[in-house]
Amino acid sequence: MPELSALGAALGALAAAAVFATLARGAALALVYPLCAMAALVLGAVDLRVLLTGTELTQQLPIGLPTIGFHLRLDPLSAFFGIVINGGILAASVYGMGFDRAKELTRRVEPLFPLFAAAMNLVLLADDAYAFLFSWELMSLASWALVVVRHTDPESRRAAHLYLVMAAIGTAALLFAFGGLAGPAGGYAFDTMRGHPPQPMVAALVLAAALIGCGSKGGLVPLHAWLPLAHPAAPSHVSALMSGVMTKVAIYGFVRIAFDLLGPPAWWWALPPIILGALTAVLGLLYAVLDRDLKRVLAYSTIENVGVIFVALGLALAFRANGQHDAAAVAMAAALLHALNHSWFKSLLFLGAGAVLHATGRRDFDGLGGLIHRMPRTAAFFLVGALAASALPPLNGFVSEWLLFQAVIAAPALPQAALHFASPAIGAMLALAAALAAACFVRVYGTAFLGRPRSAEAGQAHDAPIAQQIAMGGLAFLCILGGLLGSVLATALAPVLGDLVGGGLPRAGSGPTVFSLVAFDPARSIYDAPVIALFVAIASLTTLVVVHRLSARRTRRGPAWDCGFPDPSPATQYTASSFAQPLRRVYGAAAFAAQETVVMPPPGDIQPARFSVVLVDHVWRALYAAPGRAVLGLSERLNALQFLSIRRYLVLMFAALVILLAIAAVTT
Amino acid sequence: MNQAYEISHLLSGVMLVTSFALLYQQRIAAVLNAFAAQSIVLALAVAWAAWSSNRPDLFITALIAFTLKGIVIPVALRRTVTRLGIHREVEKVVGVGAALLVGLALTGLAQALVVKVASGTASHAREELALALAIILLGFLMMIVRRNAVTQVVGFMSMENGLILAATGARGMPLVVEVSVAFSVLIALFVFAVFVFRIRERFDTVDIEALDRMRGDRR
Repeated sequence: MPELSALGAALGALAAAAVFATLARGAALALVYPLCAMAALVLGAVDLRVLLTGTELTQQLPIGLPTIGFHLRLDPLSAFFGIVINGGILAASVYGMGFDRAKELTRRVEPLFPLFAAAMNLVLLADDAYAFLFSWELMSLASWALVVVRHTDPESRRAAHLYLVMAAIGTAALLFAFGGLAGPAGGYAFDTMRGHPPQPMVAALVLAAALIGCGSKGGLVPLHAWLPLAHPAAPSHVSALMSGVMTKVAIYGFVRIAFDLLGPPAWWWALPPIILGALTAVLGLLYAVLDRDLKRVLAYSTIENVGVIFVALGLALAFRANGQHDAAAVAMAAALLHALNHSWFKSLLFLGAGAVLHATGRRDFDGLGGLIHRMPRTAAFFLVGALAASALPPLNGFVSEWLLFQAVIAAPALPQAALHFASPAIGAMLALAAALAAACFVRVYGTAFLGRPRSAEAGQAHDAPIAQQIAMGGLAFLCILGGLLGSVLATALAPVLGDLVGGGLPRAGSGPTVFSLVAFDPARSIYDAPVIALFVAIASLTTLVVVHRLSARRTRRGPAWDCGFPDPSPATQYTASSFAQPLRRVYGAAAFAAQETVVMPPPGDIQPARFSVVLVDHVWRALYAAPGRAVLGLSERLNALQFLSIRRYLVLMFAALVILLAIAAVTT
Repeated sequence: MNQAYEISHLLSGVMLVTSFALLYQQRIAAVLNAFAAQSIVLALAVAWAAWSSNRPDLFITALIAFTLKGIVIPVALRRTVTRLGIHREVEKVVGVGAALLVGLALTGLAQALVVKVASGTASHAREELALALAIILLGFLMMIVRRNAVTQVVGFMSMENGLILAATGARGMPLVVEVSVAFSVLIALFVFAVFVFRIRERFDTVDIEALDRMRGDRR
């Protein structure tokens, strides 16, 4: 089949690029990113074709473990996620072409970048447990190596260490999940697993293990702690890949296990993903609103979006378990579309943050500001991404959030009390998350791009190279297009939805216009993005024209408004911390035990006043620091066992033997 | 037929008695004598099993046990002891009384365990196995209640005697396995011997606690 050979050729090209980048030096390295971009294009095209035609590609390779082999399969679900992933890889590769090879650490990045890209594609193609876990681990290790590229920075090393530990825990959990799916007979091919769904208790354990394994990779609370450290530590285009794309591989893993391999669901399977997802959504944004680092805020926002996707997946499980296939399709479409949309706007935002970091050398809000004048294009693209991330119509983020809220509104129809009583709470939490997201991005955009520069570096910033502008512009275009053509995307999802939940959205064209997105039936819920966009455009253009016509004076440029008192020092501007203060006052005490202290010197004293905020990360303290201390304390005690005399070791062995014999004598 | 079992039980019982004797001997020469006696009784027991159950290959085992463990090893160890000049009393970690009480408890445990575990087999084979297990456990006990490296070697060899007795009683162990066990024990013995000499050269004593002092052990 030509698709299969194209797939093989593209993966081979990525592998070749990795090997080439390890060997090559100097200007030849410039070939790596174009090669990656080409490979991503080909892979994306194959994925698109498989998704649209519904044909499956399968291949078995004679490598891997002897009895298992290495099965590959590209079905519509893998193909959909393949489009998500290869879009991100394409944008990151184009962005990478703009790097100044003399100044940046590209020689350490370039061999790993194609490897990371190929590994993510392989995870999607894997059709047996061995291939899946192998590719998954390859993906983890490649991304870990990319995180530790700046290994001279202790923060970077700490992030990488934490990431490695969490990735190992996640893979171990997935190993258990596949062990449970394979059952005592040990059928590790996905086909065999599909044919023999496990017992209910085993299935519940598999679901828990999948939630831990995929949740830790995707950043589900409370397994998220590594993500805001590791994602920003990598070079920015890799951050875009990790945040925008790798989290989607985690979602794919969960969908594959929970919806495809695990057999018919029980209704209560839906509770853990829904509850954890809602918690993740709110907590992720509370962290994001309070953080002062541009890239870390974006990483926290990724956590929020993963939570939103998990809520949608949980709802889809609940609907499917109750036989409400069309509602399940709405929830599933929300999850999948949100994965796609998030990959676009989060990649865009991370690339924008990379451009800012490159131009100013800073990513803390206290050192940015006024960039809209110095990097106008980046600012424009970033604005599109920020609007999409805040889920404002008519951009793409709104489409999936709208579908999700349709599913939440339909949830009270579920027969189980736990689900229909929980659904208003879930809806409220999602609404809170959406509002917090808007606040978060107003804060990000306001402090980084508006106002006056807070540092000399920000004052001398320049716009990104043309390749990087193309990458960002392309993604911004996709964000707008995806918002307008949400109904087309939803139609393209039909084969995936049919496979996973056995239902579908109302067919295209059943709404008032061709581009209407209809969730259940046209009488109940329609989202008509082009109409709304048209209305927004007409309204704003009219306002613009009217204001310009009626105003007495020509447009003039004045100093940035600073509450009416432009002070010479830019430090007097409204800061990121000032912006977060109301939210910190409302939620900080409950969520982070926030304490604000103001030290005001008495009148006449010339010491400066001091303001400080202390935040406590309860999740970190309870789930990471405490077990860490316990393990350390235990190993400190057990350490004495390493320094016994030979006779004492013999006594220990003898005691163990005698105790075991005594147990055998008593029990048998 | 019954008489055959009576005699093999008698011999195994004598071996167990020598195991207890190993536990309470004070001087190294006496320990070596007790070990030689145990090995010779083992050879007799194996030879009796070979004759009574008509398995001539066991005669070879008996011969190996007699020459190697009854004569060669005790003589070699005795010469070592003479060369090292350690005829003195052996330091013990626990007193003789306590060691004998623990030994009694271990014998009881072996009996109880075999009765439970091997309930399906014939009673005489069970008795044999219980005695062999008791001898093994007592050998191990001897290794840990003494501080001297030479007596540890003897304890180890005594464990091996118990193993061979069990193998003879079980009628399962082929000669090849037995010979290989014997050889591995021999090699272990060489290793022990080399270590004993090394320890002696370095620290002027064969008290193994000296090693710990050297290592700066925390106790």
